[in-house]
Amino acid sequence: MKKLFHLVILFAMLASCGNEKPKEEKADDGYGDYETPETPKKVDEGRGLGEVKEVTLKTPLEQDRIGRGLAIYEMKCQACHKLNDQRVVGPGWKDITTRRKPEWIMNMITNVDVMLDKDPEAQKLLELCLMRMPNQNVSVGDARDILEFMRQNDGEK
Amino acid sequence: MKTVHKILWGIAGIITAFSIYSCKPSGPKEAITGDAASRAYVAPGKYDEFYNIVSGGFNGQIGVYGLPSGRLLKIIPVFSTFTENGYGYSEESKPMLNTANGFVPWDDLHHISLSTTNGEHDGRWAFANGNNTPRVARVDLKTFKTVEILEIPNSGGNHSSPYITENTEYVVASTRFSVPIGNNLDVPISSFKENFKGTVSFIKVDTSGHMNIAFQLITPGVSFDLARAGKGPSHGWFFFSTYNTEQAYTLLEVNASQKDKDFIMAVNWKKAEEYIKAGKGKSVKTKYAHNTLDESTHLSSSKILEEVLQLDPAELKDILYFIPCPKSPHGCDVDPSGEYIVASGKLAATIPVFSFTKLMDAISKKDFEGDFAGIPVVKYESALYGEVPKPGLGPLHTEFDEKGNAYTSMFVSSEIVKWNVKDLKVLDRVPTYYSIGHLSVPGGPTRKPHGKYVVAYNKITKDRYLPTGPELTQSAQLYDISGDKMKLILDFPTNGEPHYAESIPAEMLMPKSQKIYKLEDNKHPYAALGEGKTKVERKGNEVHVYMTAIRSHLTPDNIEGIKQGDDVYFHVTNLEQDWDVPHGFAIKGANNAEILIMPGETQTLKWKADRIGVFPFYCTDFCSALHQEMQGYARVSAPGSNVPTKYSTGKIEDQTTGADQ
Repeated sequence: MKKLFHLVILFAMLASCGNEKPKEEKADDGYGDYETPETPKKVDEGRGLGEVKEVTLKTPLEQDRIGRGLAIYEMKCQACHKLNDQRVVGPGWKDITTRRKPEWIMNMITNVDVMLDKDPEAQKLLELCLMRMPNQNVSVGDARDILEFMRQNDGEK
Repeated sequence: MKTVHKILWGIAGIITAFSIYSCKPSGPKEAITGDAASRAYVAPGKYDEFYNIVSGGFNGQIGVYGLPSGRLLKIIPVFSTFTENGYGYSEESKPMLNTANGFVPWDDLHHISLSTTNGEHDGRWAFANGNNTPRVARVDLKTFKTVEILEIPNSGGNHSSPYITENTEYVVASTRFSVPIGNNLDVPISSFKENFKGTVSFIKVDTSGHMNIAFQLITPGVSFDLARAGKGPSHGWFFFSTYNTEQAYTLLEVNASQKDKDFIMAVNWKKAEEYIKAGKGKSVKTKYAHNTLDESTHLSSSKILEEVLQLDPAELKDILYFIPCPKSPHGCDVDPSGEYIVASGKLAATIPVFSFTKLMDAISKKDFEGDFAGIPVVKYESALYGEVPKPGLGPLHTEFDEKGNAYTSMFVSSEIVKWNVKDLKVLDRVPTYYSIGHLSVPGGPTRKPHGKYVVAYNKITKDRYLPTGPELTQSAQLYDISGDKMKLILDFPTNGEPHYAESIPAEMLMPKSQKIYKLEDNKHPYAALGEGKTKVERKGNEVHVYMTAIRSHLTPDNIEGIKQGDDVYFHVTNLEQDWDVPHGFAIKGANNAEILIMPGETQTLKWKADRIGVFPFYCTDFCSALHQEMQGYARVSAPGSNVPTKYSTGKIEDQTTGADQ
C-alpha cells in the first residue's frame, strides 16, 4: 500500500510537469507575405478583383498603346488566345471588350490567380477551358496597352 | 522487503530529481526531455532557418538543404553532367564543362565558400572547387545555377580551394599534387624534389563575380591541403596547411608521415600584389579554359586562355613563410577575430593555435629556424599562442561560434570537441556516427558567425540507416550548440559525399531568389518570343526548330521534312511567366538527355535524326491538367526524298495526301 502511495506521488509530480506544455516556439519566419497575392475583400460587380478600379477609355484609340499591346500579345498571349472567336486553350478575343468591363480584363491579366479563385466569371471560364490561365507577369501599364489592342481588334477606331 | 522498499524510494528520488530538472525551460540537461525532434522539426508549409550549401564530393554537385530540418531542396550540377535538367547536355550548357583537355563531364567537388563583404556573408555567390581536373566554379545564389568555371593551369589536384579573402577579392586554388610544370614535363617521377612544383593561384573576383587568375605563386613541391584567409587584423595574409614536406612520391601513407612537423604556409598576398604592380610577374605560356554563362542569352561559352602571370617567392622575398606544425596538418582555420590560426595535425596529439601578432613579430625579428627550399621557416614557439591539450584523436577541421568557442572534428575518435579559443580548455565533446570529416557552423568561417548549430559531415554511416546493399547513404548530423552542451538533434542523408559546407540565414537569400526569366530580357539567338515567331529552318544538314512551350502545347507540334542524317536542334522557349512552371522536352532516341526549360528561358536539345520514321516528343515536367496532351511528332524521311520542310500546330490536314483542308 505504501508503495502504491509513493507511486501516486511520483505520478502526480510527473503529471504536473507533463501538463506544462513546452512553449510553442513562434517561428518569426518573416516570410508570411512572400508571394501571397493580396485578396481584396469584395467582389466588384463586373470589374473583377485587383489593383485596377477605374479605367478611362479614350476615343479615338491611342495608337502608341496599340503597337505595344500587339507586341505583348504576340510574346505572351498568342499561344493560347486567337484574335477571332475561336477557343484554343483560352477563349478567342473577338468581342471581349463588349463582353467584359475594361477593369475586369485588366484585373484578369494582372491578378489572374486571385481572379480564378474568387471571381465568379473567371471561375466559369476555368470550368469551360479546364486550364488555369497562367500569370504572365504583365504590369498594369502593359495590360492597359493590351486592352487598347483588344479594342482595335473589336473594330473600334 | 525493506531493501526493496529502499530501492523503490531511491528510484523515486532519482526520477523526481530528473522530472524537476526537466521542468526547467532550458538548460544543459535538456537531452533528458527528448525534445530533439521538435528542435529539428519544421512544420509543413514553414521555412527552414538556414540554407545549408553542401559539397557533393564525387558526384560533382552541390546539395542545398534546409536547416534545421535537413530537407533536400535542390541539387545544383556544377562539374558533372545532369541528365535530369540537361546540364552538360543542352547546347547552352555544354561549354561550361570544357577544359584544356576538352569536355570533362565529371569532377570531385570538395569545398564551398560563400562570398563575403568585410568578412561577413553577403549572399551573392557560392564558390566550389573541382579537385581532379583543377577548376573553380561560381554559383549565383539568385538562380542557384553554375554561372562560371575557371580551369587552373599548372596544377594537379585542386584541393586547397576555393577559399576566399574577406571582401571576396580573391579565391585561391592550390595544388594537392605537386607536378612538373612549364616546359620540362617528361621527367622521371623519382626526380620529384628537383622537378615537381606546387602552385598557389590567386583568382581575382571582380564586382560582377567574374574570375581571372591574377597570379600564381610557385612553391616547393609539397602538398597543399586546406586554407583560410586572414581577416580583420590579418587581412592581407592567407594561410595554407601542407603535408608531404618529405617530398615523397610513393606510398605517401608511410613516406609522407615521417617528419614530426610539416608546415603552415603564410602568404603575404598584398606583398605579392606589390610585386605584380612593379612588373615582377613572369608571363608563362600555358592553356586553360574559362567558361561563363551569359544570363541574357542563356548561353555559356568557353574561351581557352594561354597565359598566366607567375611569381617565384624563392627569388621575391617576403611573400612566403613556413611555420612548423605537428604531423600532417589538415584544417587550417582562422578564428572570427582574425588573430588565431588553428592548425589540426591529423596525426598529432595536440591542436596548435598560432597567434597572428606573434607571427608578425617573429617575421619582423627574423626569428627563423632556417629555410625550406629557400623559404624562411619561422620558429614554432615564436608563432605559437598555445596548444589545446589532449583534444581527441585525429583532429581535422575547426569552425567557430559567435561566443569565442571553437569546434574541432575528430576523425579517429569520431567526435566533435568544443573548446575555448582564449584559454584553450576543452569544454564539451559529443560522439558522431561515424568518422566525422568536415563540420560546419553557420557563418563559422566568417567574422560574424551565426552560431546555433554545428553540422557534422560523416565519412561512414554503417548502421544508422536502413541498409541499401553494399553502398550506403552518406550522411550529416545536426547538433544544437545554443546551450553549454552540444546536443544531437537530427541525422539526415546527403547526396554524394559531403565534404565542406556552409550555411547562411534564409532571409539573406530568399528575398532575392529569382522566380522567372523575363521574356522581354531573353536575348537567346534562337528564342521564339511568342508563338508567331516559331519556325523551322534548314541550314545544310542542320535543322533548327524554334519551338515554344506553354500550358499545354508545343509549337510546332508537327514537323516534317527532316532528312535522315540531319542534326536537329530543338530550341525550346518556355513562354510561361509564372513561378514554378518549367516545361521539359524529350524526343525518342535522343542520345543525350532531356532539357528542362524554366519560365522565360530558351534551351536547346540536339537530336541526331539517324533513322527514318515518325518520332514522338513531349513535355516531361507535369505542368497542367492537359500535360499528358503536350506532345508532338517529328517525321524523318529518306535523304533523297522530296518531303518539304513543314511545321504547324493545330492544323488539320487531309488524311492521305497531307494537303491542307
